[in-house]
Amino acid sequence: MRNIFLFIGRYFTFFAFLGFQVLALSFLFRYNKYHRAVGLGVANEMSGWMNSKYANIDQYFHLKQESDRIHHVNDSLMNLLKTNFLNSDTATQFVQDTIPYDTLGHRRRYLWRDAEVVSNSVNSERNYLQINRGSKQGIRDNMAVLNSDLSLVGIVVNTSDNFSQVMSLLHVKNNVNAVMKRSGNAGTISWDGKSPLYLTMTGIPKSDTIARGDTVLTGTYSLSFPPLRMIGRVASIVKDNSSSFYVLQIKTAANFQNLQHVFVVENLQADEQEKLDKDTRKKIDEVKKTK
Amino acid sequence: MSDLVKNILRFTIFILVQVYVLFKVPHLHRFITPYLYYLFILWLPFATPRFWLLVIGFITGLSLDYFTQTPGLHAAACLLIAYIRPFIINLLLPKDSTEFNYREPSPRTLGWTPYGIYVLTLTVFHHGYMLLLEWLSFGSVLTFLIKLVATTGISLLLIFATELLFPRKMRYRTNTA
Repeated sequence: MRNIFLFIGRYFTFFAFLGFQVLALSFLFRYNKYHRAVGLGVANEMSGWMNSKYANIDQYFHLKQESDRIHHVNDSLMNLLKTNFLNSDTATQFVQDTIPYDTLGHRRRYLWRDAEVVSNSVNSERNYLQINRGSKQGIRDNMAVLNSDLSLVGIVVNTSDNFSQVMSLLHVKNNVNAVMKRSGNAGTISWDGKSPLYLTMTGIPKSDTIARGDTVLTGTYSLSFPPLRMIGRVASIVKDNSSSFYVLQIKTAANFQNLQHVFVVENLQADEQEKLDKDTRKKIDEVKKTK
Repeated sequence: MSDLVKNILRFTIFILVQVYVLFKVPHLHRFITPYLYYLFILWLPFATPRFWLLVIGFITGLSLDYFTQTPGLHAAACLLIAYIRPFIINLLLPKDSTEFNYREPSPRTLGWTPYGIYVLTLTVFHHGYMLLLEWLSFGSVLTFLIKLVATTGISLLLIFATELLFPRKMRYRTNTA
């Protein structure tokens, strides 16, 4: 305490100076309209700046909830898209079946569910990712998995009650039907197991003109994948003179090292299509046998 | 004439000259405002206690402020030069203070060059701080500097004119005073 008084006593002039200075400035800012306005403006500026910084930081802590919310909204919007429905002839309207209808009488073909990636790998030759939805939530094998920006990620290969295992596009056994957006020619996507950034596409005839940057989309005939969703872009054309087909290197559209939110897409008519296919084969084969 | 009476007279004259002469003359230029009144603070006796220097500086500035309707503006600037005045004088005074017996700063007591430095430093501090407060947001740095230099120049001119026109008779400080 004594030291404090000594300190104040020693610097008394300085403190007096500060005191008078504060007094003078308070006069200045209180009684002069211009200075008052400027002072208040500066104060506002300061507090506004502080507030915006605080809001920025605060926002960061709500980022996860916010992205979850956006993903949910995207999910509900994806389910409303027209491409998820098949137009049916009005004459067939009275034919009831179990497939849900929307109010316009369109039959729903694709149902979108959102999910989160709980584990993921890109370093192996056979990469899988795990999502937090399982058979209890209606996930079954062969459903397509798309990234939150609607680029293709993989396909469900196994399910447990609450989790599903997804075979990533980065899997040497993956074999995905794809089309060139420009020409509509179909080919096959596979992976050579080297770089997680590039896929390989084969089966495009050399009569097609391919340029770097051409878009590759999912094919329209697949039972699992929703048609015409982004897979990637042509990164380079591998020279192969022995064949009449291109070998293309495709840069993936999805960033496989950073998958967080995904969509699981169910083709509600896949069973019906598969059954029809099987029945047809059986029918024709049996006819053949009886002949 | 005692120091007190002399300084009260000076105070009155400086404020009145500043308000009714220097503020009334037509402006030479928008950048140039002639200031002289703070010479009063520069002329205060060496022996003035530092705290009283502050009080006198504050009152001088505030008195001018009441004429110019800007409370606090000149007071803040005068306070600043009243505060730093002793430091500058300590730097400029001869080290051996036994030989130094004059009452107050003047060209004759300090010598022309040290007195010039003394005046220049305090003028720059006074004008710099005052212009800073007057503008606050600086406008542009270049305009601020031009105005500072111009105002300092005209003030120095006025101060040295005053010193030459009204040479103060410097008595030695004696014990009998």
